[in-house]
Amino acid sequence: MSRHLTPRDLDWTLLVISLVICGVGVLQIFSATRGTGWQDAWWKQIIYILAGLVLIWLTVIIDYHTLMHYVFILYGLSVIALLAVLLVGRQAFGSRRWIPVVGGFHLQVSEFVKLVIILLVARFLTDLKTEDLEARDMGKIAGLVAVPMALVMKQPDLGTALTYLPILVVGMFLAGMRRKYMTAMAAIVLLVLPVGWGVLKDYQKARLVSFLDPDRDPRGTGYQMIQSKIAVGAGGMWGKGVTKGSQTQLRFLPVPHTDFIFSAFAEEHGFVGVIVVLALYFVLIMQIVQNAQTAPDKAGMYICMGVAALLLFHVLVNVGMVVGRMPVTGIPLPLMSAGGSNVLSNFIMLGLVNNVRVRRFVN
Amino acid sequence: MAFFQYAAVAIFLFLITGFWSLQVENPQIYNEQAERNRVKSLPIPAPRGKILDRDGRVIVDNHSSYSLILTRENLKTEHLRTIAGGLNLDYEDLLQRVNRYTARPKYDPVIVKEELTPGDLSFVEAHRDFFPEMELIHAQRRLYPQNGFAAHVIGYTGEISEQELDEPDFARHNPGDVVGKFGIERQYNDSLMGVDGDRQVVVDNRGKTREVLAAKDAVPGKDLQLTLDLDLQAVAELAMEGKNGAVVALDPRSGEVLAMVSRPTFDPNKFAVRIKSSDWKEIADNPDHPLLNRVIQAQQAPGSTFKPFVAMSGLESGSIDDQFTVHCAGGASFYGHYYHCHLKTGHGAVSLHKGIAQSCDVYFYNVGNRTGIDKIAFYATQAGFGQKTGIDLPHEAEGVVPSSEWKIRNFRQKWYAGETISVAIGQGALTVTPLQLARAYMWLINGGLWHQPHLVKGGKYQDHSWPVSPDNVQKVIYGTWGVVNEGGTGVRAQLPGLDVCGKTGSSQVASNEFTRGKNSKELKDNAWFVGFAPRQAPEIVVAAFYEHGVHGQFAAPIVRDVLKAYFDKKARLAANAATRKPTGAETKIGSLLHFALPTPPERSEPHRAPAIEAALISSDDEEAEAPASRPLP
Repeated sequence: MSRHLTPRDLDWTLLVISLVICGVGVLQIFSATRGTGWQDAWWKQIIYILAGLVLIWLTVIIDYHTLMHYVFILYGLSVIALLAVLLVGRQAFGSRRWIPVVGGFHLQVSEFVKLVIILLVARFLTDLKTEDLEARDMGKIAGLVAVPMALVMKQPDLGTALTYLPILVVGMFLAGMRRKYMTAMAAIVLLVLPVGWGVLKDYQKARLVSFLDPDRDPRGTGYQMIQSKIAVGAGGMWGKGVTKGSQTQLRFLPVPHTDFIFSAFAEEHGFVGVIVVLALYFVLIMQIVQNAQTAPDKAGMYICMGVAALLLFHVLVNVGMVVGRMPVTGIPLPLMSAGGSNVLSNFIMLGLVNNVRVRRFVN
Repeated sequence: MAFFQYAAVAIFLFLITGFWSLQVENPQIYNEQAERNRVKSLPIPAPRGKILDRDGRVIVDNHSSYSLILTRENLKTEHLRTIAGGLNLDYEDLLQRVNRYTARPKYDPVIVKEELTPGDLSFVEAHRDFFPEMELIHAQRRLYPQNGFAAHVIGYTGEISEQELDEPDFARHNPGDVVGKFGIERQYNDSLMGVDGDRQVVVDNRGKTREVLAAKDAVPGKDLQLTLDLDLQAVAELAMEGKNGAVVALDPRSGEVLAMVSRPTFDPNKFAVRIKSSDWKEIADNPDHPLLNRVIQAQQAPGSTFKPFVAMSGLESGSIDDQFTVHCAGGASFYGHYYHCHLKTGHGAVSLHKGIAQSCDVYFYNVGNRTGIDKIAFYATQAGFGQKTGIDLPHEAEGVVPSSEWKIRNFRQKWYAGETISVAIGQGALTVTPLQLARAYMWLINGGLWHQPHLVKGGKYQDHSWPVSPDNVQKVIYGTWGVVNEGGTGVRAQLPGLDVCGKTGSSQVASNEFTRGKNSKELKDNAWFVGFAPRQAPEIVVAAFYEHGVHGQFAAPIVRDVLKAYFDKKARLAANAATRKPTGAETKIGSLLHFALPTPPERSEPHRAPAIEAALISSDDEEAEAPASRPLP
C-alpha cells in the first residue's frame, strides 16, 4: 500500500490550517518572550514544527491497522514509562512529568500516552462484536484508560489526565452506548458537575484546583485568572498590536508563551484576531470529523474522532481558562503553546488522521 | 457524529461569548485594570527640614532608610502572616494596620515597616515574586541627638494618629504621614515637613520599574534655625546630669532662648519611626514623667525667687521705699499666726538691699502685708506670671497668680490677708514655670519690658511693656547682686571677673508639718536659682529649677556653669576675631557636641554618647561637672 503513497494524498486543508495556527503561535511566542529567559522559544518552536512535519509523514507511512495491532504493547510500554516518570522523572513546578531522552531533551510522557489512548480506544471498540456497548465492556475500557490516568494524576497533572477522558467518552458514544447509559452519563455530566461547581465559591474552586494540582501556581490561581481576563479584556476589538500588550510584555500574565498564550494573543490581536483563530480551530476540528466520516472502517473513524475529541477538549479547557470560564488546570493550547512534547504529539495526531485519510479508498 | 459537531459548535460559541463579554462589552474596565497594573504611583517622601542651632550647627539631621509599603490593589490578607514573620513584625498589629486603610482609596499604600534592616531588605528582594504587593520606598529618617540631648525642645516625630487626623492642625495630612508630635517638631511641623512628590512609573509583575512616565519632585522641608546655642545647651545638659528639674537661658535683649533642658529626659530616636510598646511603657510609666518639659510645664511655687517682684510691687505702688526697714528676729506674727524666717537666729535690722541679698522672709512678710495681694498680683501679672509666655512650643502651662479676684472666681471665697504673707515669699497658691520666672527677670532687667521668649529665629514675636521706675529696678537688681556677691544665699553662682546677679529660692512641696518625720525625696523642697549677668547690661538670664534640690544654693552652680560657658565663649570669639586664628577652644566643645550628635541607628547601640561620657569621667569635682566650668586654655 505504502508504495502508492504520495504527498498529494495528504489532507492539505488540514495541514495548511494547522501550519497557519502554528505560525500564529510562533509569532505570539516571539512577542511574549522578548527580552526574557525564554526568548529562544520561538525558533525552538519552529524546529519542533519542522520535526512535527517529518513525524506526520512517518506516522502516515505505517498503516494504522499495524499500529492498532501492537496497541497493547504500546499500552504496556506507556504504563511502564509513566511509572518511570514517577520514579526518576525531572521535577518542575512541583510535579514530575518529564523523563530525559537523548541529547538533553526531556519528554513529557503523558502527552504521548494520549496517542496510545486514542489507538487503544479505537482498537477496543473495533474489536467489539455487539451492536450496542455493554456495561461490562464499558467497564473494561474505562478500566484500561483509568490506569494511565491515575498514574498521570499522581504526578500530579490533573489537566493532562483529564484530556484522556473525552477520547473515551466520545468513543463510547460512537460505539452505540445504550440510551440509558447515555442518559445516565449525561445526567452525571450535566447535573452533578455544574451544580457541584456552581455551589462552590470562587476561592473554593481555585483551592480545589490548587489542591489537585498544587505548587503549579505559587501566586494563587485567582491571580492568574484575573490577570488573564485583564489581558483579554484590555485587547478590545482590535488588540494592542504585536509586542504592545502591557499584560504580556510586563509579565503580569503568567506563562504567556505556553498555557496562557491565547490570552497574550487576545491582548495583542483583539476580538477580531480571536475570532479568526477560533474559526481556524473550528475548521480544523470539522475537517478531522470529515475525515472520520470518510474513514474506510470503524477503526479509522474511532481514531479520527479520538483526535477530534481530544483537540476540542484542549481548546475548550485552555481557551475557557483564558476567558475565566474554566478553572486553571494548565493544559496547553494545541499547535500554539510553546513546548516540544505538545507540538510533536499534536503533529503525530495529525499524522494519524492523515494515515486514515490516505487509506480511505482502499478496500 | 452529528452530536459531536453540535457540541463543537456549542463549545466555540461558548468560548466566543466569553471573549465578547470581555473584549467587546467591557474593554474599558479591563483596560483600566491593565493600566493600574502597569502604572504605579510611587511616593517620593520629602525630607524634613534639618534643625540647626543659632550658629548653624546641625542638631537634628536625616538619614537615608528604606521603608516597605504594601500596595493594596493586589494585597492578599493570607500573605500578611508570612510578611510579618519575615520582617519580625507582630501579625495582629500588621493586620490591624492593613484594616485601618479599608476606608481609603485603593491606590493608597499601607506603610508596613520603616528603617528596614539589611535582613529585611533581603527578605523583600527574595519574596517579591510571591508577594507582588511588597514595594520598597526610599525615605529620609530623623536622626536625633543621643541621650535625650535637648529632647524636650526638639520633640519627636511619629506616624500621625487617628485622633490627630481629626484635628484641624493636621487637616492636610493623610494616614501614614510622619508628623511632628512634640516640641519644635510639632510646633513647626508644617514648615519642616515639605511636600511629598511622586513618580508615575511603568512596572512589571515584579514591581521593577521599566519606564518613568512622570515625576513630581518632593519639596524638602525648610531647615529651621533655632536660637539655641549648642555650647550652652551642652553645658546645661551636663549641669543637670543626675538631677530632675529644668534649666532655661534667655537673652533678655531679645527673648531668644539660648538653652533649655528638662530632666529626666527621653530618647526621641525611639519615637523617630514607631515607638515599641515596651519603650513607650517605660517612658509613660516612669513616675518622674520624662516627657514633661519642666521648663514650660512644671508649675511650682517659685519661693524666694519671687521676692524681687514683691519688692518691685511694694516700691512701685509706694507701699514701701528703700528706707523701709524691719527687724527680723527669726520670725514674726501676722493675723494671729507665727511665720518663721529661714534664718532661725534672725537677720536683725533689714532694709530692701539686705532683704533681697539675705532673702529675709520677715522683711518680705512685711512688704507683702503692706502692699497687699492685689498690687502684688498686678505687678506679678505685668512681669508675666500667670500667663503663658507664648513660647513656640506646644503644651505650655500657665501657672497661677493668686489675687482676691482669683480667689472669688475660683473658690467663691474672700481673700484672707494671712494668705498674702505666704505669697510674699513665693509660696501659697502662687505657681510659676521656670520659663515664666526667666521671663519675669527679663522684665525686671529691661525696666518693665519683656520680649516673647522664642526658640526660632526670625519669627514675629510680641513685646510687653509696663514701664517701671529705673531707680527702683536698680535698687532691686543691686539686691540680687548682693545675693551672689555679698555672701548672700547665692554665693555659689559667683564668677570671678563678672558681675553676676541672682536669686535663690527654696519652695515647699508640702507643708512643714506634713513633712516632719518623713524624709522621702518627694517631700524635699524644690531648689530654684535665677541668675543674670553682667549687672549693668545683662546679656543672659538663666533660671534653674532643681526638683527636690532642698535649697536654692544647690541650684546656683547650675546657673553659674551656664553663665560661665556663655561668657567664656564670648571671650573666645572676641579673641579669635582679634587674632583671626582658627577657633581653638571652640572646636573642643564643638567636637564634643559632634560626637553627641546622632550617628545612624545601626551604630548607635552604646546609648551614651562617647564625648559626654568622657566629659563626665574626666570631671572629678562633684559639683562642677561641666568641663566648660574649668578654665579654658
